[in-house]
Amino acid sequence: MSIAVRMVNITKTFSGLTANDKINFEVKKGEVHGLLGENGAGKTVLMRILYGMHKPDQGQIFVDGKEVRIESSAKAIKLGIGMVHQHFMLVPSLTVAENVVLGLEPTKYSFLLNIDKTLKDIKSLSDRYRLQVDPKAIVSTIPVGIQQRVEILKALYRRAEILILDEPTSILTPQEVESLFEAIKALKQQGKSVIFITHKLKEVCAICDRITVLKKGRVAGTVEKAQTNPDELAEMMVGHEVLYTFERKHIAPGKIVLQIENLKAFNDEKLLALKEITLEVHEFEILGLAGIEGNGQTELVEVLTGLREPKSGKIGFLDETITRTSPHERIEMGFANVPEDRQKTGLILDFSVLENLILGKHDKPPFATKWSTLDLANVTKFAEQAIKEYSIKTPSDRTLARYLSGGTQQRVVIAREFSRRPKFIIASQPTRGLDIGATEYVHKKLVEMRDQGCAILLITADLDEMFAMSDRIAVIYEGRIAAMKERSKTNELELGLLMTGGKCE
Amino acid sequence: MHQTDKIWLRVSPFIESLPTKIGQNLKKFLRGAIPQIVAIIVAFLVGAIVLAATGYSPIDAYTRLLMGAFGDSYGIGQTLAQATPIIFTSLAFLFAFKCGLFNIGAEGQLLIGGMAAALVGISFTNLPFYVHLPLALLAGAGGGALWGFIPAVLKAKLDAHEVITTMMLSYVALYVTSYMVNYPFKAPGWVSQTPFIAPAAELPRILPPTQLSGSIIVASIMVGITAFVLQRTTVGYEVRAIGLNATAARSGGINVKRGMILALTISGLIAGLGGAGEILGVERRFIDGFSPGYGWDGLAVALIGGLNPFGVVLASILVGALRSGGMVMNRVTGVPLDVIYLIQSLVVLFAAAPQIMKYLSKKGVATTRTAGRVLAKFQSALKNIKHRLKRR
Repeated sequence: MSIAVRMVNITKTFSGLTANDKINFEVKKGEVHGLLGENGAGKTVLMRILYGMHKPDQGQIFVDGKEVRIESSAKAIKLGIGMVHQHFMLVPSLTVAENVVLGLEPTKYSFLLNIDKTLKDIKSLSDRYRLQVDPKAIVSTIPVGIQQRVEILKALYRRAEILILDEPTSILTPQEVESLFEAIKALKQQGKSVIFITHKLKEVCAICDRITVLKKGRVAGTVEKAQTNPDELAEMMVGHEVLYTFERKHIAPGKIVLQIENLKAFNDEKLLALKEITLEVHEFEILGLAGIEGNGQTELVEVLTGLREPKSGKIGFLDETITRTSPHERIEMGFANVPEDRQKTGLILDFSVLENLILGKHDKPPFATKWSTLDLANVTKFAEQAIKEYSIKTPSDRTLARYLSGGTQQRVVIAREFSRRPKFIIASQPTRGLDIGATEYVHKKLVEMRDQGCAILLITADLDEMFAMSDRIAVIYEGRIAAMKERSKTNELELGLLMTGGKCE
Repeated sequence: MHQTDKIWLRVSPFIESLPTKIGQNLKKFLRGAIPQIVAIIVAFLVGAIVLAATGYSPIDAYTRLLMGAFGDSYGIGQTLAQATPIIFTSLAFLFAFKCGLFNIGAEGQLLIGGMAAALVGISFTNLPFYVHLPLALLAGAGGGALWGFIPAVLKAKLDAHEVITTMMLSYVALYVTSYMVNYPFKAPGWVSQTPFIAPAAELPRILPPTQLSGSIIVASIMVGITAFVLQRTTVGYEVRAIGLNATAARSGGINVKRGMILALTISGLIAGLGGAGEILGVERRFIDGFSPGYGWDGLAVALIGGLNPFGVVLASILVGALRSGGMVMNRVTGVPLDVIYLIQSLVVLFAAAPQIMKYLSKKGVATTRTAGRVLAKFQSALKNIKHRLKRR
């Protein structure tokens, strides 16, 4: 097999932090190559360099044996490189077909959109690569899994020979992952190269031919799948044996902290997303909320944090009714929220680490003086302490949150939320997109908070995490609590059935 | 490395020799200002081409401009006087913008503020100046704040877009003040203006015979306050948080609607104070149409100033200098004033589009390089031809 892409001695630094340190990386034609590493290991940066989004400080790139300079994504596309980003770049209000051909629309008489040809092209592409889509559907109405297919089709329509998939499974349900893998196999059969960025060992082992492991910006090794195993990969990745099992004390739950009764709420489309939710979360308890995405979890979190008004129902917190209180009041009472989307909801990316750390308590002593000015001395002291205590890897407390890696950003969110000494924590997908090290850290912190008496509502799509963390597990299905189980009295099979609406006797 | 960084590397040793603390702050400030400085230079270069093409000497014209604006105390006074109202309006635009709001209604806020100050100025005759003047200024601030508060509430309660409402309210302000000076508060005579304000309400002139008045001092104080409020107070923190990411701000417990109302009201307040300053310091009465569009200038100048309170002062002085120096240039060399407006517009265009500037400076380097290469080839070709001709 010939080499499709070779990257030699790639080095890239961002304001003093080395993201890529003399990386050598190559992908053969017709190969699925896994790029494995923790968050902040430099995977995405390396691929963005290949896709012309970053300029390397040093190093060479060869495509089909010829040295190239990729100064823009347009150039990368011209060279046959396509990338599907973690956050999709689709126009939500256009149809699938319009998104695929965007910028290269086939025309009639050179100015009319040739819709028939567009549809035919897409049909033949999606048949060939087993990427079934409805070309006439509006993108905003289709699930993320299908949107991802659209992104892949978009790249293929631009004649990509080398396809970069940046953490493609992090947002998919198990079924969607299956069909993505089918598509990847089809791509491989047609001689395309696929670079598969991930930090999930299971997936690399399932789909990749070869695997390059990055660790702290360097190549830890490139191995054939056939000659390795998950344990070895995990060790290369983090440098120490991974703890899959999780030790925790058994503590009896205390009094009820949060009580939700008959809660109903609309979603943005004015459809009833929460049809009837009744839940209780106790002191010293992690309640896991299991469910396939889009069954009302997002709306529930928004109602609980005060961002969305419920249609009816009641939320009680300790001895008070808080159904219609503002987010601010709830924070004051002892709510903490680790949001699903840390970049959009959790952090203000163009604020410094320091400024992000005080969000929500910026107007209270010791951060605010009685004149409503910020007490910089106290703020700085607090930030320094938080950075140390939560091991936030940042060049300084004045660095913008935008420049931190995903795991570090999550640490900032957690430092902010947990240092408030909350009584109730909502954690939505708290480890999504995080590497093993950061995941372990988040888990440890959550259990610590529980052991101190916090009531925690954990919403996660990761069943392993659900089982490792929760004391009780509630299943949400189509806006209703379908079941409530003690963790020890249920199993993944039963939960899986409940989550998909199947009944389990 | 960006082109701007390269330029920076050349300049920085000079600045580093300055006392460290000031040097560091200045360095940071200048570093951020490089795109603006480049924009200004390019605008002047394009202006020079236009001047040369229309038969004027750019060097002569620019010398006159510079001398007119800064050459003597009269020039400096006029420059600062011209800059004063623009400092207010650009500061007003900046404040709302930090909250993610586009207040393009500074003109109306300035007019209402001016009118309120004028009314207080003419309504009392025997107040001591230390009561009357602050009262008049306060009235101006209040009028402007009200004119910012209305669209703010419309935005918060009815989700009416502030671009539309602030602009429309500017026209309302224009016609309301025009009605007031033409009917109820008209001074005897043909001109649409109110009577003079009481001397106790006047902001003193600083550098007569120029129009420079105490308003510049109020402006300077406002610059300091604005910078302080934005960076060091909880309100400023909230305003900036909302401007950068309203979703995260809301989820972090910030009352976004309250923050927006506050930001737009304060923005109006600053513009209103600017109107009051013009009336109390320069005009001494409300004259219909006294503002040649200071409010609209504010938007452009805030962009030239890089949306930084101190940058805005420099940008206002630049525009003030263009105006006051431009008149001298016009008088002496006959260059039409339109060139001044052309340069001002170009500065805005270039400063507001840093991407264009980046592209231009990159391309600029590349073209000079290729031009050099082409020239070298051309020369060697010429030599060749000469050589051959000689041999023949």
